Amino acid sequence: MEKILVFAETHNNELKRSAQELLTAARSAGAPFAAVVSGTGAAGLVATLGKWGAAEVHTLAAKEFDAYNSELFAAGLADVIAKSGATLVLGAASSVGRDLFPRVAARLNAGLISDCTGLNLAGEVTARKPLYAGKAFATQGFSGSGVKMILMRPNQLPVGQADANVTAQAIAHSVPATDLRTLVKEIVKGTTEKLDLTEANIIVSGGRGLKEAGNFKLLEQLAEVLGATVGASRAVVDAGWVPHDMQVGQTGKTVAPTLYIAVGISGAIQHLAGMSGSKVIVAVNTDAAAPIFQKATYGIVGDFATVVPALTEEFRKLLH
Amino acid sequence: MKIFVCLKQVPDTETKIKLAGDQIDLSGVKWVMNPYDEYAVEEALKIREKTPGATVQVITLGPKSRAAEVLRTGLAMGADEGILIDAPNPTEPLVTASALAQVIAQEGGAQLILTGRLAIDDNAASVGPMLAEKLKIPHVSVVARLSVEAEQLVAEREIEGGAKEIVQLRLPALVSANKGLNMPRYASLPGIMKAKKKVLKEIALDSLTGLPSSRTQIIKMELPPEKPAVQMLTGDAQNQAQMLTKLLRDEAKVL
Repeated sequence: MEKILVFAETHNNELKRSAQELLTAARSAGAPFAAVVSGTGAAGLVATLGKWGAAEVHTLAAKEFDAYNSELFAAGLADVIAKSGATLVLGAASSVGRDLFPRVAARLNAGLISDCTGLNLAGEVTARKPLYAGKAFATQGFSGSGVKMILMRPNQLPVGQADANVTAQAIAHSVPATDLRTLVKEIVKGTTEKLDLTEANIIVSGGRGLKEAGNFKLLEQLAEVLGATVGASRAVVDAGWVPHDMQVGQTGKTVAPTLYIAVGISGAIQHLAGMSGSKVIVAVNTDAAAPIFQKATYGIVGDFATVVPALTEEFRKLLH
Repeated sequence: MKIFVCLKQVPDTETKIKLAGDQIDLSGVKWVMNPYDEYAVEEALKIREKTPGATVQVITLGPKSRAAEVLRTGLAMGADEGILIDAPNPTEPLVTASALAQVIAQEGGAQLILTGRLAIDDNAASVGPMLAEKLKIPHVSVVARLSVEAEQLVAEREIEGGAKEIVQLRLPALVSANKGLNMPRYASLPGIMKAKKKVLKEIALDSLTGLPSSRTQIIKMELPPEKPAVQMLTGDAQNQAQMLTKLLRDEAKVL
Protein backbone atom coordinates (compact mmCIF):
# COMPACT_ATOMS: atom_id res chain seq x y z
CA MET A 1 0.00 0.00 0.00
CA GLU A 2 1.36 3.41 -0.96
CA LYS A 3 1.61 6.25 1.51
CA ILE A 4 0.24 9.09 -0.60
CA LEU A 5 1.28 12.73 -0.22
CA VAL A 6 -0.77 15.33 -2.12
CA PHE A 7 1.02 18.58 -2.99
CA ALA A 8 -2.04 20.83 -2.59
CA GLU A 9 -1.83 24.14 -4.45
CA THR A 10 -3.86 27.11 -3.34
CA HIS A 11 -5.06 30.34 -4.91
CA ASN A 12 -6.09 33.25 -2.67
CA ASN A 13 -5.85 30.87 0.29
CA GLU A 14 -8.33 28.38 -1.13
CA LEU A 15 -7.58 24.94 -2.52
CA LYS A 16 -7.35 24.96 -6.30
CA ARG A 17 -9.72 22.67 -8.15
CA SER A 18 -6.67 20.63 -9.24
CA ALA A 19 -5.83 20.05 -5.55
CA GLN A 20 -9.41 18.96 -4.83
CA GLU A 21 -9.15 16.46 -7.70
CA LEU A 22 -5.94 14.97 -6.28
CA LEU A 23 -7.34 14.84 -2.73
CA THR A 24 -10.45 13.06 -4.03
CA ALA A 25 -8.26 10.50 -5.82
CA ALA A 26 -6.04 9.97 -2.77
CA ARG A 27 -9.06 9.50 -0.52
CA SER A 28 -10.59 6.97 -2.90
CA ALA A 29 -7.44 4.83 -2.59
CA GLY A 30 -8.71 3.96 0.89
CA ALA A 31 -5.68 4.38 3.14
CA PRO A 32 -4.82 7.33 5.41
CA PHE A 33 -2.95 9.89 3.33
CA ALA A 34 -1.06 13.13 3.80
CA ALA A 35 -1.15 16.55 2.16
CA VAL A 36 1.37 19.37 2.05
CA VAL A 37 0.36 23.00 1.77
CA SER A 38 2.51 26.13 1.65
CA GLY A 39 2.35 29.81 2.57
CA THR A 40 1.35 31.83 5.64
CA GLY A 41 -2.25 30.69 5.17
CA ALA A 42 -1.24 27.01 5.45
CA ALA A 43 -2.21 26.53 9.11
CA GLY A 44 -5.70 27.80 8.32
CA LEU A 45 -6.16 25.07 5.72
CA VAL A 46 -5.41 22.10 7.98
CA ALA A 47 -9.05 21.58 9.03
CA THR A 48 -10.23 21.99 5.42
CA LEU A 49 -7.75 19.38 4.24
CA GLY A 50 -9.07 17.07 6.95
CA LYS A 51 -12.54 17.45 5.45
CA TRP A 52 -11.04 16.37 2.12
CA GLY A 53 -9.78 13.27 3.90
CA ALA A 54 -6.12 14.06 4.70
CA ALA A 55 -5.05 12.43 7.96
CA GLU A 56 -1.77 14.36 8.09
CA VAL A 57 -1.19 17.90 6.86
CA HIS A 58 2.38 19.08 6.44
CA THR A 59 2.68 22.85 6.45
CA LEU A 60 5.42 25.02 4.97
CA ALA A 61 4.01 28.10 6.63
CA ALA A 62 6.95 30.53 6.67
CA LYS A 63 6.39 33.76 4.74
CA GLU A 64 9.22 32.70 2.41
CA PHE A 65 6.74 30.14 1.07
CA ASP A 66 4.15 32.76 0.08
CA ALA A 67 5.64 33.09 -3.40
CA TYR A 68 7.03 30.23 -5.43
CA ASN A 69 10.82 29.87 -5.49
CA SER A 70 12.13 26.73 -7.18
CA GLU A 71 15.13 26.16 -4.93
CA LEU A 72 13.28 26.83 -1.68
CA PHE A 73 10.23 24.75 -2.62
CA ALA A 74 12.43 21.88 -3.86
CA ALA A 75 14.20 21.81 -0.49
CA GLY A 76 10.88 22.11 1.36
CA LEU A 77 9.08 19.37 -0.58
CA ALA A 78 12.06 16.99 -0.45
CA ASP A 79 12.14 17.49 3.33
CA VAL A 80 8.41 16.81 3.70
CA ILE A 81 8.67 13.67 1.54
CA ALA A 82 11.54 12.36 3.66
CA LYS A 83 9.92 13.15 7.02
CA SER A 84 6.43 11.96 6.07
CA GLY A 85 7.70 8.67 4.66
CA ALA A 86 5.56 9.25 1.56
CA THR A 87 6.02 6.67 -1.20
CA LEU A 88 3.74 8.30 -3.80
CA VAL A 89 3.58 12.07 -4.33
CA LEU A 90 0.76 13.57 -6.40
CA GLY A 91 0.78 17.08 -7.85
CA ALA A 92 -0.85 19.14 -10.59
CA ALA A 93 0.91 19.69 -13.90
CA SER A 94 0.73 23.45 -13.27
CA SER A 95 3.37 26.18 -13.55
CA VAL A 96 4.57 25.27 -10.06
CA GLY A 97 4.18 21.49 -10.35
CA ARG A 98 5.98 21.23 -13.66
CA ASP A 99 8.86 23.34 -12.36
CA LEU A 100 9.12 21.71 -8.94
CA PHE A 101 8.46 17.98 -9.33
CA PRO A 102 11.28 17.23 -11.83
CA ARG A 103 13.78 19.04 -9.59
CA VAL A 104 12.68 17.06 -6.53
CA ALA A 105 12.54 13.79 -8.50
CA ALA A 106 16.16 14.31 -9.60
CA ARG A 107 17.20 14.99 -5.99
CA LEU A 108 15.54 11.82 -4.69
CA ASN A 109 16.11 9.66 -7.79
CA ALA A 110 12.34 9.30 -7.77
CA GLY A 111 10.32 8.03 -10.70
CA LEU A 112 8.27 10.81 -12.27
CA ILE A 113 5.39 10.45 -14.71
CA SER A 114 4.43 13.90 -15.90
CA ASP A 115 1.48 15.48 -17.70
CA CYS A 116 -0.94 12.63 -16.99
CA THR A 117 -4.62 12.51 -17.88
CA GLY A 118 -5.51 9.22 -16.16
CA LEU A 119 -4.62 7.76 -12.76
CA ASN A 120 -5.05 4.31 -11.27
CA LEU A 121 -4.32 3.89 -7.55
CA ALA A 122 -5.89 0.44 -7.11
CA GLY A 123 -3.17 -2.21 -7.00
CA GLU A 124 -0.01 -1.27 -8.88
CA VAL A 125 0.02 2.49 -9.44
CA THR A 126 -0.24 3.46 -13.11
CA ALA A 127 -0.86 6.69 -14.96
CA ARG A 128 -1.95 7.41 -18.51
CA LYS A 129 -0.48 10.25 -20.49
CA PRO A 130 -0.85 11.65 -23.99
CA LEU A 131 2.14 11.53 -26.33
CA TYR A 132 2.56 13.80 -29.35
CA ALA A 133 -0.13 16.01 -27.77
CA GLY A 134 -2.75 13.28 -27.80
CA LYS A 135 -1.98 11.51 -31.08
CA ALA A 136 -1.13 8.48 -28.89
CA PHE A 137 -1.48 7.49 -25.25
CA ALA A 138 0.94 5.64 -22.99
CA THR A 139 0.06 3.85 -19.78
CA GLN A 140 3.08 3.97 -17.52
CA GLY A 141 4.03 2.29 -14.28
CA PHE A 142 7.02 2.45 -11.98
CA SER A 143 10.07 0.21 -11.68
CA GLY A 144 12.90 -0.12 -9.20
CA SER A 145 12.55 1.08 -5.63
CA GLY A 146 12.11 4.56 -4.24
CA VAL A 147 9.62 7.40 -4.26
CA LYS A 148 7.05 7.63 -7.06
CA MET A 149 5.81 10.98 -8.32
CA ILE A 150 2.92 11.81 -10.65
CA LEU A 151 1.87 15.14 -12.16
CA MET A 152 -1.78 15.19 -13.23
CA ARG A 153 -3.19 17.70 -15.66
CA PRO A 154 -6.00 19.77 -14.12
CA ASN A 155 -9.64 18.97 -15.04
CA GLN A 156 -9.00 15.27 -15.65
CA LEU A 157 -10.19 13.72 -12.39
CA PRO A 158 -13.56 14.05 -10.66
CA VAL A 159 -13.93 16.27 -7.59
CA GLY A 160 -15.72 14.65 -4.65
CA GLN A 161 -17.21 16.20 -1.53
CA ALA A 162 -15.27 17.71 1.38
CA ASP A 163 -17.26 15.57 3.79
CA ALA A 164 -14.66 13.36 5.46
CA ASN A 165 -14.85 13.27 9.22
CA VAL A 166 -11.08 13.39 9.67
CA THR A 167 -9.27 15.57 12.18
CA ALA A 168 -6.03 16.16 10.39
CA GLN A 169 -2.82 16.12 12.35
CA ALA A 170 -0.83 19.27 11.54
CA ILE A 171 2.93 18.89 11.14
CA ALA A 172 4.83 22.15 10.71
CA HIS A 173 8.10 22.26 8.77
CA SER A 174 10.58 25.09 9.11
CA VAL A 175 12.45 26.81 6.29
CA PRO A 176 15.17 24.44 5.11
CA ALA A 177 18.72 25.77 5.25
CA THR A 178 19.64 26.42 1.62
CA ASP A 179 22.06 28.78 -0.06
CA LEU A 180 19.48 30.45 -2.26
CA ARG A 181 20.75 31.60 -5.62
CA THR A 182 17.23 32.32 -6.87
CA LEU A 183 15.37 35.50 -6.00
CA VAL A 184 11.82 36.17 -7.16
CA LYS A 185 11.91 39.95 -7.46
CA GLU A 186 8.40 40.64 -8.58
CA ILE A 187 5.17 38.99 -9.65
CA VAL A 188 3.37 40.78 -12.46
CA LYS A 189 -0.33 39.98 -12.47
CA GLY A 190 -2.03 38.95 -15.70
CA THR A 191 -4.50 41.31 -17.33
CA THR A 192 -7.35 38.91 -16.66
CA GLU A 193 -8.66 37.10 -13.62
CA LYS A 194 -9.92 34.33 -15.93
CA LEU A 195 -8.73 30.77 -15.44
CA ASP A 196 -5.70 29.76 -17.46
CA LEU A 197 -6.43 27.76 -20.63
CA THR A 198 -4.90 24.67 -19.01
CA GLU A 199 -7.35 24.93 -16.09
CA ALA A 200 -10.43 26.22 -17.90
CA ASN A 201 -13.63 24.20 -18.00
CA ILE A 202 -14.88 25.96 -21.14
CA ILE A 203 -12.72 27.41 -23.93
CA VAL A 204 -13.76 29.56 -26.89
CA SER A 205 -10.99 29.63 -29.50
CA GLY A 206 -10.57 31.67 -32.63
CA GLY A 207 -8.52 31.26 -35.81
CA ARG A 208 -7.78 32.94 -39.09
CA GLY A 209 -11.40 32.57 -40.15
CA LEU A 210 -12.15 35.54 -37.88
CA LYS A 211 -10.54 37.66 -40.61
CA GLU A 212 -9.06 40.30 -38.28
CA ALA A 213 -7.86 40.74 -34.71
CA GLY A 214 -10.74 43.05 -33.77
CA ASN A 215 -13.24 40.23 -34.28
CA PHE A 216 -11.89 38.45 -31.19
CA LYS A 217 -14.24 40.83 -29.34
CA LEU A 218 -17.16 38.66 -30.46
CA LEU A 219 -15.46 35.62 -28.90
CA GLU A 220 -14.79 37.54 -25.70
CA GLN A 221 -18.48 38.39 -25.43
CA LEU A 222 -19.40 34.72 -25.93
CA ALA A 223 -16.75 33.67 -23.40
CA GLU A 224 -18.10 36.19 -20.89
CA VAL A 225 -21.56 34.64 -21.02
CA LEU A 226 -20.16 31.11 -20.69
CA GLY A 227 -17.52 31.91 -18.04
CA ALA A 228 -15.01 30.61 -20.59
CA THR A 229 -11.37 31.41 -21.34
CA VAL A 230 -10.44 32.59 -24.85
CA GLY A 231 -7.85 30.66 -26.85
CA ALA A 232 -6.41 30.97 -30.35
CA SER A 233 -4.79 29.03 -33.17
CA ARG A 234 -1.09 29.29 -34.02
CA ALA A 235 -1.87 31.19 -37.24
CA VAL A 236 -3.38 34.17 -35.43
CA VAL A 237 -0.75 34.15 -32.68
CA ASP A 238 2.00 34.20 -35.31
CA ALA A 239 0.12 37.00 -37.09
CA GLY A 240 0.32 39.00 -33.85
CA TRP A 241 -3.46 39.26 -33.31
CA VAL A 242 -3.28 37.86 -29.77
CA PRO A 243 -0.46 37.05 -27.30
CA HIS A 244 1.20 33.63 -27.46
CA ASP A 245 -0.06 32.55 -24.02
CA MET A 246 -3.44 32.15 -25.74
CA GLN A 247 -2.16 29.59 -28.25
CA VAL A 248 -3.77 26.15 -28.15
CA GLY A 249 -1.93 23.33 -29.91
CA GLN A 250 1.10 21.11 -29.87
CA THR A 251 3.39 24.15 -29.83
CA GLY A 252 1.14 26.06 -27.45
CA LYS A 253 -1.04 24.87 -24.60
CA THR A 254 -2.52 21.40 -24.59
CA VAL A 255 -6.02 21.70 -23.21
CA ALA A 256 -8.83 19.35 -22.25
CA PRO A 257 -11.86 21.37 -21.16
CA THR A 258 -15.39 20.02 -20.86
CA LEU A 259 -16.47 22.22 -23.77
CA TYR A 260 -14.25 23.58 -26.56
CA ILE A 261 -15.79 25.93 -29.13
CA ALA A 262 -13.56 26.45 -32.19
CA VAL A 263 -14.50 29.40 -34.37
CA GLY A 264 -12.85 29.99 -37.74
CA ILE A 265 -10.21 27.33 -37.03
CA SER A 266 -9.69 24.95 -39.94
CA GLY A 267 -7.92 22.36 -37.77
CA ALA A 268 -4.24 21.87 -38.57
CA ILE A 269 -2.94 18.61 -37.09
CA GLN A 270 -0.89 20.48 -34.51
CA HIS A 271 -3.98 22.38 -33.32
CA LEU A 272 -6.15 19.25 -33.21
CA ALA A 273 -3.45 17.54 -31.19
CA GLY A 274 -3.67 20.27 -28.57
CA MET A 275 -7.43 20.18 -28.01
CA SER A 276 -8.79 16.80 -29.10
CA GLY A 277 -8.89 15.63 -25.45
CA SER A 278 -11.80 18.05 -24.89
CA LYS A 279 -15.00 16.30 -23.83
CA VAL A 280 -17.30 18.11 -26.25
CA ILE A 281 -16.06 20.03 -29.28
CA VAL A 282 -18.14 22.53 -31.23
CA ALA A 283 -16.78 23.75 -34.57
CA VAL A 284 -17.99 26.83 -36.42
CA ASN A 285 -16.50 27.26 -39.90
CA THR A 286 -17.58 28.45 -43.33
CA ASP A 287 -15.86 25.48 -44.98
CA ALA A 288 -17.83 22.25 -44.50
CA ALA A 289 -14.71 20.27 -45.52
CA ALA A 290 -12.47 21.78 -42.80
CA PRO A 291 -10.61 19.05 -40.84
CA ILE A 292 -11.88 20.49 -37.54
CA PHE A 293 -15.27 18.89 -38.24
CA GLN A 294 -13.69 15.42 -38.07
CA LYS A 295 -12.89 16.02 -34.41
CA ALA A 296 -16.06 17.92 -33.56
CA THR A 297 -19.08 16.65 -31.66
CA TYR A 298 -21.33 19.36 -33.11
CA GLY A 299 -20.65 21.30 -36.29
CA ILE A 300 -22.05 24.55 -37.62
CA VAL A 301 -21.27 25.62 -41.17
CA GLY A 302 -21.71 29.36 -41.15
CA ASP A 303 -20.21 32.79 -40.85
CA PHE A 304 -18.80 33.67 -37.44
CA ALA A 305 -20.20 37.20 -37.73
CA THR A 306 -23.77 35.92 -37.53
CA VAL A 307 -23.29 32.60 -35.70
CA VAL A 308 -21.24 33.88 -32.74
CA PRO A 309 -23.64 36.69 -31.72
CA ALA A 310 -26.55 34.22 -32.07
CA LEU A 311 -24.73 31.77 -29.77
CA THR A 312 -23.98 34.51 -27.26
CA GLU A 313 -27.66 35.44 -27.21
CA GLU A 314 -28.91 31.85 -26.81
CA PHE A 315 -26.39 30.99 -24.07
CA ARG A 316 -27.37 34.18 -22.26
CA LYS A 317 -31.06 33.14 -22.34
CA LEU A 318 -30.17 29.68 -21.10
CA LEU A 319 -27.69 30.56 -18.38
CA HIS A 320 -28.67 33.95 -17.01
CA MET B 1 31.13 32.43 -21.05
CA LYS B 2 30.51 28.78 -21.85
CA ILE B 3 26.94 28.19 -23.01
CA PHE B 4 25.34 24.79 -23.61
CA VAL B 5 22.05 24.34 -25.46
CA CYS B 6 20.25 21.01 -25.02
CA LEU B 7 18.38 19.87 -28.11
CA LYS B 8 15.86 17.14 -28.75
CA GLN B 9 14.85 15.72 -32.08
CA VAL B 10 11.07 15.21 -32.31
CA PRO B 11 8.57 14.18 -34.98
CA ASP B 12 7.30 17.18 -36.97
CA THR B 13 3.95 18.47 -35.67
CA GLU B 14 2.23 17.45 -38.91
CA THR B 15 3.28 13.84 -38.35
CA LYS B 16 0.53 11.22 -38.19
CA ILE B 17 1.31 8.69 -35.45
CA LYS B 18 0.83 4.98 -36.16
CA LEU B 19 1.22 1.96 -33.95
CA ALA B 20 2.98 -1.24 -34.94
CA GLY B 21 1.81 -3.79 -32.40
CA ASP B 22 2.16 -2.07 -29.03
CA GLN B 23 4.98 0.23 -30.16
CA ILE B 24 4.83 3.56 -31.91
CA ASP B 25 5.85 3.10 -35.53
CA LEU B 26 8.36 5.87 -36.25
CA SER B 27 9.12 4.80 -39.81
CA GLY B 28 8.48 7.58 -42.31
CA VAL B 29 8.47 10.24 -39.59
CA LYS B 30 9.95 13.61 -40.51
CA TRP B 31 12.30 14.58 -37.66
CA VAL B 32 12.82 18.20 -36.66
CA MET B 33 14.39 20.19 -33.85
CA ASN B 34 11.91 20.52 -30.97
CA PRO B 35 10.32 23.94 -31.71
CA TYR B 36 11.04 25.34 -28.21
CA ASP B 37 14.71 24.40 -28.57
CA GLU B 38 14.95 26.81 -31.51
CA TYR B 39 14.29 29.68 -29.09
CA ALA B 40 17.02 28.31 -26.82
CA VAL B 41 19.57 28.18 -29.67
CA GLU B 42 18.65 31.68 -30.86
CA GLU B 43 18.99 33.12 -27.36
CA ALA B 44 22.40 31.47 -26.90
CA LEU B 45 23.61 32.95 -30.19
CA LYS B 46 22.33 36.41 -29.23
CA ILE B 47 24.12 36.23 -25.88
CA ARG B 48 27.33 35.11 -27.62
CA GLU B 49 27.13 38.10 -29.97
CA LYS B 50 27.13 40.45 -26.97
CA THR B 51 29.67 38.56 -24.87
CA PRO B 52 33.31 38.53 -26.07
CA GLY B 53 34.84 35.08 -25.81
CA ALA B 54 31.53 33.27 -25.31
CA THR B 55 31.04 29.85 -26.94
CA VAL B 56 27.88 27.91 -27.75
CA GLN B 57 27.86 24.12 -27.67
CA VAL B 58 24.77 22.17 -28.70
CA ILE B 59 24.22 18.77 -27.11
CA THR B 60 21.65 16.04 -27.65
CA LEU B 61 20.93 12.49 -26.60
CA GLY B 62 19.46 10.13 -29.16
CA PRO B 63 20.25 7.45 -31.71
CA LYS B 64 23.26 8.41 -33.81
CA SER B 65 21.51 7.31 -37.01
CA ARG B 66 19.22 10.34 -36.90
CA ALA B 67 19.97 12.56 -33.87
CA ALA B 68 23.22 13.98 -35.32
CA GLU B 69 20.96 15.85 -37.75
CA VAL B 70 19.50 18.05 -34.98
CA LEU B 71 23.04 19.03 -33.95
CA ARG B 72 23.85 19.89 -37.58
CA THR B 73 20.82 22.17 -37.59
CA GLY B 74 22.05 23.88 -34.40
CA LEU B 75 25.54 24.22 -35.88
CA ALA B 76 24.07 25.62 -39.11
CA MET B 77 22.20 28.24 -37.08
CA GLY B 78 25.58 29.24 -35.68
CA ALA B 79 26.56 27.10 -32.67
CA ASP B 80 30.30 26.39 -32.36
CA GLU B 81 30.40 22.70 -31.52
CA GLY B 82 28.09 19.72 -31.20
CA ILE B 83 28.07 16.79 -28.79
CA LEU B 84 26.03 13.66 -29.46
CA ILE B 85 25.32 11.21 -26.68
CA ASP B 86 24.53 8.14 -28.74
CA ALA B 87 21.59 6.29 -27.16
CA PRO B 88 20.05 3.65 -29.42
CA ASN B 89 16.89 3.37 -27.27
CA PRO B 90 14.68 6.05 -25.69
CA THR B 91 15.65 7.02 -22.13
CA GLU B 92 13.44 8.48 -19.42
CA PRO B 93 14.01 12.14 -18.43
CA LEU B 94 15.92 11.27 -15.24
CA VAL B 95 18.43 9.15 -17.18
CA THR B 96 18.69 11.73 -19.97
CA ALA B 97 19.32 14.54 -17.46
CA SER B 98 21.93 12.50 -15.58
CA ALA B 99 23.78 11.71 -18.81
CA LEU B 100 23.69 15.34 -19.95
CA ALA B 101 24.93 16.49 -16.52
CA GLN B 102 27.83 14.07 -16.64
CA VAL B 103 28.94 15.05 -20.14
CA ILE B 104 28.57 18.80 -19.51
CA ALA B 105 30.69 18.41 -16.35
CA GLN B 106 33.30 16.43 -18.34
CA GLU B 107 33.39 19.24 -20.89
CA GLY B 108 34.38 21.69 -18.17
CA GLY B 109 30.91 22.71 -17.03
CA ALA B 110 28.64 25.49 -18.23
CA GLN B 111 28.09 29.06 -17.13
CA LEU B 112 24.65 29.01 -18.77
CA ILE B 113 22.49 26.14 -20.03
CA LEU B 114 19.49 26.76 -22.27
CA THR B 115 16.74 24.26 -23.12
CA GLY B 116 13.26 24.44 -24.62
CA ARG B 117 10.51 24.66 -22.00
CA LEU B 118 9.30 21.22 -23.03
CA ALA B 119 9.61 18.75 -25.88
CA ILE B 120 6.45 18.40 -27.91
CA ASP B 121 6.67 14.59 -28.06
CA ASP B 122 6.22 13.66 -24.39
CA ASN B 123 5.32 17.15 -23.09
CA ALA B 124 7.14 16.25 -19.87
CA ALA B 125 9.10 19.49 -19.28
CA SER B 126 11.32 17.45 -16.97
CA VAL B 127 14.86 17.26 -18.34
CA GLY B 128 15.64 20.97 -17.76
CA PRO B 129 14.93 21.18 -14.01
CA MET B 130 16.37 17.66 -13.52
CA LEU B 131 19.61 18.63 -15.27
CA ALA B 132 19.92 21.77 -13.13
CA GLU B 133 19.41 19.68 -10.00
CA LYS B 134 22.01 17.10 -11.09
CA LEU B 135 24.51 19.92 -11.69
CA LYS B 136 23.44 21.63 -8.43
CA ILE B 137 22.72 24.91 -10.20
CA PRO B 138 19.52 27.02 -10.04
CA HIS B 139 17.04 27.07 -12.89
CA VAL B 140 14.14 29.12 -14.18
CA SER B 141 11.58 27.64 -16.57
CA VAL B 142 9.15 28.94 -19.22
CA VAL B 143 11.13 32.12 -19.87
CA ALA B 144 9.90 34.72 -22.37
CA ARG B 145 12.43 37.46 -21.64
CA LEU B 146 16.03 37.15 -20.51
CA SER B 147 18.97 39.40 -19.74
CA VAL B 148 22.32 37.89 -18.85
CA GLU B 149 25.19 39.70 -17.16
CA ALA B 150 28.56 38.49 -15.93
CA GLU B 151 27.43 37.00 -12.61
CA GLN B 152 23.66 36.81 -12.84
CA LEU B 153 20.61 36.74 -15.06
CA VAL B 154 17.14 38.20 -14.83
CA ALA B 155 14.34 36.20 -16.43
CA GLU B 156 10.64 36.71 -16.98
CA ARG B 157 8.93 33.40 -16.26
CA GLU B 158 5.40 32.98 -17.60
CA ILE B 159 2.88 31.42 -15.23
CA GLU B 160 -0.88 30.83 -15.36
CA GLY B 161 -3.36 33.44 -16.52
CA GLY B 162 -0.84 35.63 -18.33
CA ALA B 163 0.96 36.46 -15.05
CA LYS B 164 4.75 36.64 -14.84
CA GLU B 165 7.45 36.15 -12.23
CA ILE B 166 10.57 38.29 -12.54
CA VAL B 167 13.34 36.01 -11.28
CA GLN B 168 16.98 36.81 -10.62
CA LEU B 169 19.47 33.91 -10.61
CA ARG B 170 23.14 33.71 -9.80
CA LEU B 171 25.18 32.04 -12.57
CA PRO B 172 25.84 29.27 -13.43
CA ALA B 173 22.18 28.58 -14.12
CA LEU B 174 19.74 26.83 -16.46
CA VAL B 175 16.96 28.58 -18.38
CA SER B 176 14.12 26.91 -20.30
CA ALA B 177 12.84 28.96 -23.22
CA ASN B 178 9.22 29.68 -24.14
CA LYS B 179 7.77 30.93 -27.39
CA GLY B 180 8.06 34.73 -27.47
CA LEU B 181 11.65 34.84 -26.18
CA ASN B 182 12.97 35.74 -29.65
CA MET B 183 12.53 35.00 -33.35
CA PRO B 184 14.76 32.01 -34.16
CA ARG B 185 16.95 32.51 -37.22
CA TYR B 186 16.88 30.08 -40.12
CA ALA B 187 19.99 28.14 -40.96
CA SER B 188 21.46 29.99 -43.96
CA LEU B 189 23.11 28.16 -46.85
CA PRO B 190 26.60 29.39 -45.85
CA GLY B 191 25.71 28.37 -42.29
CA ILE B 192 24.84 24.87 -43.47
CA MET B 193 28.14 24.64 -45.41
CA LYS B 194 30.16 25.86 -42.41
CA ALA B 195 28.35 23.44 -40.09
CA LYS B 196 29.79 20.51 -42.04
CA LYS B 197 33.29 21.50 -40.94
CA LYS B 198 32.44 22.06 -37.26
CA VAL B 199 33.41 19.60 -34.55
CA LEU B 200 30.74 17.02 -33.69
CA LYS B 201 31.83 14.83 -30.79
CA GLU B 202 30.27 11.46 -30.11
CA ILE B 203 29.96 9.80 -26.74
CA ALA B 204 28.25 6.43 -26.29
CA LEU B 205 25.58 6.46 -23.56
CA ASP B 206 26.83 3.12 -22.26
CA SER B 207 30.33 4.55 -21.78
CA LEU B 208 28.92 6.77 -19.00
CA THR B 209 28.97 5.24 -15.53
CA GLY B 210 26.83 5.76 -12.47
CA LEU B 211 23.64 6.70 -14.33
CA PRO B 212 20.42 5.97 -12.43
CA SER B 213 18.35 3.03 -13.60
CA SER B 214 14.94 3.69 -15.13
CA ARG B 215 12.26 4.35 -12.53
CA THR B 216 9.31 4.27 -14.92
CA GLN B 217 8.19 1.90 -17.63
CA ILE B 218 5.69 1.93 -20.44
CA ILE B 219 3.02 -0.71 -19.97
CA LYS B 220 0.77 0.01 -22.92
CA MET B 221 0.60 2.27 -25.99
CA GLU B 222 -2.68 3.12 -27.68
CA LEU B 223 -4.08 5.47 -30.27
CA PRO B 224 -6.87 7.81 -29.15
CA PRO B 225 -10.38 6.33 -29.42
CA GLU B 226 -12.24 7.09 -32.64
CA LYS B 227 -14.63 10.01 -32.35
CA PRO B 228 -18.24 9.37 -33.36
CA ALA B 229 -19.21 11.29 -36.49
CA VAL B 230 -19.94 14.98 -36.09
CA GLN B 231 -23.54 16.06 -35.79
CA MET B 232 -24.08 18.98 -38.20
CA LEU B 233 -26.60 21.62 -37.22
CA THR B 234 -28.55 23.20 -40.06
CA GLY B 235 -30.82 26.17 -40.53
CA ASP B 236 -30.11 29.85 -40.05
CA ALA B 237 -27.76 31.14 -37.37
CA GLN B 238 -30.52 31.54 -34.81
CA ASN B 239 -31.82 27.99 -35.41
CA GLN B 240 -28.30 26.59 -35.20
CA ALA B 241 -27.65 28.46 -31.95
CA GLN B 242 -30.91 27.26 -30.40
CA MET B 243 -30.21 23.68 -31.42
CA LEU B 244 -26.69 23.82 -30.06
CA THR B 245 -27.59 25.20 -26.64
CA LYS B 246 -30.31 22.55 -26.30
CA LEU B 247 -27.94 19.73 -27.31
CA LEU B 248 -25.18 20.94 -24.97
CA ARG B 249 -27.64 21.05 -22.10
CA ASP B 250 -29.77 17.95 -22.74
CA GLU B 251 -27.58 15.56 -24.76
CA ALA B 252 -23.96 16.38 -23.92
CA LYS B 253 -24.93 17.67 -20.45
CA VAL B 254 -22.03 20.10 -20.23
CA LEU B 255 -23.94 23.26 -19.31
